[in-house]
Amino acid sequence: MFDIVTFNSNLCNVFEPQNFYKMSDIAEKVKSIIVEKLGVEASEVTPEASFTNDLGADSLDTVELIMEFEKEFNVSIPDDQAENIQTVAQAVTYLEENAK
Amino acid sequence: MELKRVVVTGLGALTPIGNTVDTFWEGLAAGKSGCAPITRFDAEKFKTRFACELKDFKVEDYINTKEARKMDPFTQYAVIAADEAIADAAFDMETLNKNKVGVIWGSGIGGLKTFEDEMIYFGQGDGTPKINPFFIPKMIADSSSGQISIRNGFRGPNYVTVSACSSANNAIIDAFNYIRTGRINVCVTGGSEAPVTIASVGGFTAMHAMSTRNDDPTTASRPYDVDRDGFVVGEGAGALILEEYEHAKARGAKIYAELIGGGFSSDAHHITAPHPDGYGALLSMIDALDDAQIKPEEVDYINTHGTSTPIGDPQEIKAIVDCFGEHAYTLSISSTKSMTGHLLGGAGAVEAVASVLAIKHQFVPPTINVFNRDPEIDQRIDLTENVGKSREINVALSNGFGFGGHNATVIFRKI
Repeated sequence: MFDIVTFNSNLCNVFEPQNFYKMSDIAEKVKSIIVEKLGVEASEVTPEASFTNDLGADSLDTVELIMEFEKEFNVSIPDDQAENIQTVAQAVTYLEENAK
Repeated sequence: MELKRVVVTGLGALTPIGNTVDTFWEGLAAGKSGCAPITRFDAEKFKTRFACELKDFKVEDYINTKEARKMDPFTQYAVIAADEAIADAAFDMETLNKNKVGVIWGSGIGGLKTFEDEMIYFGQGDGTPKINPFFIPKMIADSSSGQISIRNGFRGPNYVTVSACSSANNAIIDAFNYIRTGRINVCVTGGSEAPVTIASVGGFTAMHAMSTRNDDPTTASRPYDVDRDGFVVGEGAGALILEEYEHAKARGAKIYAELIGGGFSSDAHHITAPHPDGYGALLSMIDALDDAQIKPEEVDYINTHGTSTPIGDPQEIKAIVDCFGEHAYTLSISSTKSMTGHLLGGAGAVEAVASVLAIKHQFVPPTINVFNRDPEIDQRIDLTENVGKSREINVALSNGFGFGGHNATVIFRKI
């Protein structure tokens, strides 16, 4: 388990009411998607955890994860951005900044 | 070249009447129907609203969720039946030369559910192709043999045969040929299908191929009955471990039976209708008998293709009479599809397992639901109507015929 506030305290839009997802909701949802898709324990999904190095994802798993994030958060993640989303924290940060 | 002998040293079954080889046999011997209303999708608006689905089946009891999610149901069934057969064969995995173990599987369709789900999802979108990266590897028919190989480290020949409802018989014959020519020592073979889906049930009903006996599903699959009105689709898998005889003997393996022949033919007639004279079926059985180097009189039991369609059943019986002559009236015949439904590309595998078990138990499973035998079916033929029976079975033959005019026959002998 991780605390999203200490995990990334620089986020500016966390409590904006126009955001459908609150920051903590995003982190929790990201985590549950990762647990479901990669078949890992929730305790393994730490902010620093890398999808491929720590959570056992192969290249197809990673593509699927990105697609699930897009579907769940109603965003479109361009390929060049998706390449930079390698860890749980990177996913949460990206989605907090871009989720509609 | 002198051909090696090939024996069956392991069996697996995941069927609508039993999820293991033992329960499958219990169901066969007791004449149990696997048919019930469809639960896999909402069939309310379908002309056929029943099928032979697996019962009390949870994939997570067999395959971990992460792995299972990357498999279409037809591959899950393949892996589960193969696991049972491999365990049954009791190999010493440390000493087994896995480079000489093949996996040759049969499936008529492949990952149809996966295909449907993805295209439905696409159809509901705005045209942007958000296709899941596992879509292709889950859908392709050869993912079944691939997954069995990956799971067990078997590095021999690996592919899937596709010949509609004779697919599994073709797989078994290919496996047989690789072993008897000395290319490999062992092969995991069989077949699976997961066709209780909207496209499959909708498609087969559009062809008027399926029974629509919605008021009485358990009697819908009724081969040779005068009121039969089509086949009943079934799901599941059958698996066999084929092994070179000396290899099996050397490791003290339990041997169920010997696979002595495989035959094939093509109707060259029509994309779906069987040849009206049963000519393709006849050629396939003759070819198998030639391959086995046995006389027709040596066959004791035939597990027919017998799907319960109006035109298919009589042509196969005619072919049997043409092939076996007077002996056709002394051997026993049954269609176990009356109980399991028609597993399409998996049918030959499940029926090969049934044939091997018939030899093991010296017992003929029945053709259930024969209430009024069709007068067009030769009345002297022993269809093992409704109740199974003990009899000497030295040789058992199993037929599989598929849309496209594919015919394939396998023959097992007691050892």
